[in-house]
Amino acid sequence: MGRATKKGQSGAATAFVHRTKAIKKLQISLKDFRRLCILKGIYPVEPRHRKKAGHGNQAPRTYYMMKDIQFLLHEPLIDKFREFKHFMKRLTRAYGRKNLSAVSRIRKNRPKYKLDHIVKERYPTFIDAVRDLDDCLSMIFLFAIFPSTKITDTRFVQLCRRLSVEFLHYVIASKSLRKVFISIKGIYYQADLFGQQVNWIVPHSTGFAHPTDVDYRVMKTFVEFYTTLLGFVNYKCYHSINLHYPPQLLLDSSEEKVQEDPKVGKRSRKRKNAQLEKIQKEREKRFVERDTVEERLSALTQTLQKTNTGEPEEDIQIDEFPASETDDPELVELAKQERDKLSKFQNLFKGLKFFLNREVPRETLVFIIRSFGGEVSWHESQAVGYSYPETDEKITHQIVDRPSMEKQYLSRYYVQPQWVFDSVNAQMLLPPADYFIGVTLPPHLSPFVTEQEGDYVPPEKQALLNRQRGIDEDSESEEVDDDEEEDGEGHQSDDSSEEEDEEGEEESDDDEAPATKKQKTGSKGANKQKDVANTSAMSVEEGRVEVDDPGRRQTRQEAEERRLAEMMIPKKKRRLYNKIMHSKKKTSQEARILKEKREAIDMQKKKDKKQKLT
Amino acid sequence: MISSKRKLDAVNKNNDILNSGVDLFVNEPPDEEDVSDQDEDSSSSDDDNVNDDGDSDSSQYSGLEEEVASSSLDDSSDEEEQGSDSDDDDDDGEDLMLSDSVDNIAIGTNAKEPAVVDEYEQDSSDEEDIRNTVGNIPMEWYKNYKHIGYDIEGRKLIKPEHGDNLDDFLNKADDPNYWRTVHNRLTGQNIVLSEEDVQLVQNLLGKTHPTQSTEEQYAPWVDWFSSEVMIHPLSNRPEHKRSFIPSKWEKLKVGQMVHALKMGWMKPSKTQEEQEKEEEEQDDKFYMIWNEDEETEISKRYRQHIPAPKTSLPGHAESYNPPPEYLFTKEEEQKWRDQEPEQRRMNFMPQKFSNLRTVPGYSNFIRERFERCLDLYLCPRQRKTRMNVDPEDLIPRLPKPKDLQPFPTTQSLVYLGHTDMVRCISVDPSGQWLVSGSDDCSVRVWEVSTGRCMKTLTVKEKVKGIAWNPNPAVCLLAIVWEKTVVLLNPGVGDKLQLSNTDNMLASQTQAESSADSKVAVSWSVCEGSEHDQGYRLKLTHAHDVSQFTWHSKGDYFATVMPDGQTRSVLIHQLSRRRSQNPFSKSKGSVQCVRFHPLRPFLFVATQRYVRVYNLLKQELSKKLQANCKWVSSMAVHAEGDNVILGSYDSKMSWFDLDLSTKPYQTMKHHKKAIRQVCYHKKYPLFASASDDCSLIVCHGRVYNDMLQNPLIVPVKVLRGHKAEKGVGILDCVFHPSQPWIFSAGADTTIRLYT
Repeated sequence: MGRATKKGQSGAATAFVHRTKAIKKLQISLKDFRRLCILKGIYPVEPRHRKKAGHGNQAPRTYYMMKDIQFLLHEPLIDKFREFKHFMKRLTRAYGRKNLSAVSRIRKNRPKYKLDHIVKERYPTFIDAVRDLDDCLSMIFLFAIFPSTKITDTRFVQLCRRLSVEFLHYVIASKSLRKVFISIKGIYYQADLFGQQVNWIVPHSTGFAHPTDVDYRVMKTFVEFYTTLLGFVNYKCYHSINLHYPPQLLLDSSEEKVQEDPKVGKRSRKRKNAQLEKIQKEREKRFVERDTVEERLSALTQTLQKTNTGEPEEDIQIDEFPASETDDPELVELAKQERDKLSKFQNLFKGLKFFLNREVPRETLVFIIRSFGGEVSWHESQAVGYSYPETDEKITHQIVDRPSMEKQYLSRYYVQPQWVFDSVNAQMLLPPADYFIGVTLPPHLSPFVTEQEGDYVPPEKQALLNRQRGIDEDSESEEVDDDEEEDGEGHQSDDSSEEEDEEGEEESDDDEAPATKKQKTGSKGANKQKDVANTSAMSVEEGRVEVDDPGRRQTRQEAEERRLAEMMIPKKKRRLYNKIMHSKKKTSQEARILKEKREAIDMQKKKDKKQKLT
Repeated sequence: MISSKRKLDAVNKNNDILNSGVDLFVNEPPDEEDVSDQDEDSSSSDDDNVNDDGDSDSSQYSGLEEEVASSSLDDSSDEEEQGSDSDDDDDDGEDLMLSDSVDNIAIGTNAKEPAVVDEYEQDSSDEEDIRNTVGNIPMEWYKNYKHIGYDIEGRKLIKPEHGDNLDDFLNKADDPNYWRTVHNRLTGQNIVLSEEDVQLVQNLLGKTHPTQSTEEQYAPWVDWFSSEVMIHPLSNRPEHKRSFIPSKWEKLKVGQMVHALKMGWMKPSKTQEEQEKEEEEQDDKFYMIWNEDEETEISKRYRQHIPAPKTSLPGHAESYNPPPEYLFTKEEEQKWRDQEPEQRRMNFMPQKFSNLRTVPGYSNFIRERFERCLDLYLCPRQRKTRMNVDPEDLIPRLPKPKDLQPFPTTQSLVYLGHTDMVRCISVDPSGQWLVSGSDDCSVRVWEVSTGRCMKTLTVKEKVKGIAWNPNPAVCLLAIVWEKTVVLLNPGVGDKLQLSNTDNMLASQTQAESSADSKVAVSWSVCEGSEHDQGYRLKLTHAHDVSQFTWHSKGDYFATVMPDGQTRSVLIHQLSRRRSQNPFSKSKGSVQCVRFHPLRPFLFVATQRYVRVYNLLKQELSKKLQANCKWVSSMAVHAEGDNVILGSYDSKMSWFDLDLSTKPYQTMKHHKKAIRQVCYHKKYPLFASASDDCSLIVCHGRVYNDMLQNPLIVPVKVLRGHKAEKGVGILDCVFHPSQPWIFSAGADTTIRLYT
């Protein structure tokens, strides 16, 4: 028999530690603790039994895992934080003494820290990192367009910009973009990286307000880690498809490399000066070059250099495929179909030549078009990296976002940018007629919504699904027919429209519960009765044949049975049941509201149309 | 005097300042000009200038006074002044030092050796005139004396020769210098002003500069302390010794640095190039961190990691060009605006833009990202297994009501006639007649099958209870109002039965009333018109009677008087016309009593408990906990093994007397208070009537096998009554042989469901 276990020495009591205690243990300030938590990805946890975790104290405190805190104890970053504290102390003292030389000297020795080891710790495998890339990308794309402020210096912003562009290049090269969506918040992208779905949002390029009640330091700490993470992810990604990591454009060659002669200019002062000047110039030149390279990179139009060329990859993929484990021919066939579909989708814009007008968001569209194999260019005065002028005869689509164009080429479609987005989401080239210049656009639907049973499906979505399934033509023709018919009716006379209205009413009646109908008839009967009563005191009402609808009776009975059964749900499960039913009810209610709204809008439209015609 | 000395000391200390010609302390007129020049140059305040002027004036006067004392003094002093001016500054300094050294002597020897040194050169205005020590007194006080005061050594100063008024007058005419002769009252001497002095005075009176020679006023300024490094020192002063000896502190400091260098604590500062290189390197700091061949160790900590939930993806409503039904109507928009930001279902308002060009930046973008950041590092995480529960699974598997038939399903008859709420109903044992008592002080007898009202009896008060004798051989009805219980022959049905009843009642005789004094119930036989109406026996109680119940044999019956204290429950025997009080103590206000159908038990329901008394042994055999706040009604199964309790907190409890004193099942089917519960005599059915106007019929089957749980299934919800004043159905009773149920409602109707 072992020793009797004491209370509070194992289990939840020791597994959790509250924040104050953790800080005390780590001997750092709260600010540093928070930074450390952000960088190391330590988060508070909710203990299952607050009372046990708090040794009887149930106060609302934040708890951390004791293991996490112990893990933080060995963190080299803590030493760096201490160093930094010391550095700040020295600096403020030098400032206080107005010892500016000391200030500049101390400044130079600003302690620096690296976060490489944390990346490996937090994400032991590459897939983990990819899985957690959503927030990282959103933040970096946001910081890439930040103005340089006291907190976000230019260097930092440029790093973010560079990393984001590199990532976009990778997505283009690997053709892994899947979905795009223009929301009022920004533009959402979904890419399929290594089997993981990565979503990120990029704000609209028009400026936005910088709120003052937001702690940018916290965000910066996050982005600090995210830049490191994304850098390593980019490196790995680039190497996975045999690209040079600091990306090199295909057109660039080694001629740009600057050769330096180290022996020259160490003899005399003059020569040294000259050398210095030369170095300075070269540096400037290099900077300029680097800038241009970066600009050209960020244009996203050019393909990147591969490390080793000559191996056609597609063959390898095809060879690999039959070696999969399943022998079921149907499954194999299905997988093959899927793959064909995917490759078709990835080359959606292949062979198409796009030209972007000045007013469309260039980077977004270039990224999307290039991801699906299209060629794209813009006016040379707009940015670096254009490849062909507007006058090119081979251009198939020109993307325009203005009400009208003066000079139009007959050989190309002038479409609005939404066409690109909708085509990608539909995984097929949509007919451009709906998206022509100056045309009222069809609604832009979210590709992220997969409607469950009972959810509201907008008619546009239904049409799209039908089109994807290949039954588009029928429905379209039907629609057209309907329209024509309606138009014809409208022309014929007012009577027909009235009839139609009546029909509609009847239909709506049918939809309603049978009770209302009864009521209606009942009220009618009552009216009659009144009339009769006016004439004579006693009368015999005319009998009605009660229609027995077996289906309705059946459903009613079932509903009643269900209601009775619901009564017998034990108390334990009743709450859960009620919750489920409540949420179901709510969703169905929302769907109903949307449906009703839509119907009302369509009716209104029809009416307007008719009024116009008459 | 002391101050001047201190100043001079200061002057001596700092040769440099002396050499520069900053002769603030030397009151030579030319020097003063320098001062004034300086002042002008440095644009100092006017007050300073005025002060300086004052200084110079007084010094001038002191100089003049000396002239009078020694005639030769003037020239020499003038000469010296000029000489000093023309001399080098160094000389001047020496001169000053000299004069300083002889200062004290000069004061003393003023009168005797006036020509030695012009000691008043350095005199300043704030010193008192030391030739006469009397101080600042009216000189008339010495008018009658030969002397005019005392010198510094205490010797009398003799008044000089002075002519009378005539001499004065003559001098006025004769002396050409008379106009510039001034009288010094302190010394009593006449002083003749020199040309320069006169000029000076005139200048002062004319408010111009005392000396008008422009070249002196605007002498070029020599900037000795310039930025240029001179090869010669400004002064001849030798270097201090300190400058030749190596500094101890510097040595210590250097020692520290050398040590720091040696230990590697201090590093040589980087050049700009190196720094830039470093920064560039930092930019290209990425490398392959995840190698494929490397096997990652999956730690326990890694497994415990709770990943942050991903942000939800946008729906159609967030589109820049959503379908029109997703846009808010005006009411929805208003509702959205009125809600707190945390309560909103969507944190944005759907908007529609006709083209991409017009889409503005989203103002809350940064805030949303920031909130996400906060969530990531501040929000406590908990692993939760999301149960994918099918709600169908939660519903218990019960036999279908269809299989549990028969039970009442439809409303088939409505008995109309009462004008106020029907409080109680009862069915005769044969199931042919229904009797109801109402608040309109009437009792009506109905034929069940047709709904015809066979008989109406009006009583004095609202009818509280009504019960048909369960004995099928007799036709006897008990009616309760106020303190009265009346046993009545309704006169409907088989005539033989009616006469039997009358005969039986007539044959019974009243027992001795000895024991009845305690009970305080008086039995009386009705006669006359009352007898014609059907009234047979009348029991008058001491208090209001609220409930009446028959024993299943029909001989005993019990009444409840809530206000009766210890006599709240009374048991009466019809055959012996006797009443008795079984309890000596009250255990709370009694709500309801029932007899056990087969055994001599009495169930007494108080607010929260049901006590089961054995009437034979006269003891409490069981106490049931009702698990509710206020029991309203009770029903006992025909077998006597099960009891149901209805309560005002809308709960119904099923007790199995063999098992436990706690309810086997508590059902909360109703939404409002339960008024009445009842069992069917033959079928396994029970029902509960409630204020929510519903009558729920349940199938309740008890198996003989003790291992099998009783089956309780609600089979039908019957509706039809309407609530009035918050009261729905007041009473319900099953038909004795058919699966039918009667209900009496507050809407004055009685309904039959079959």
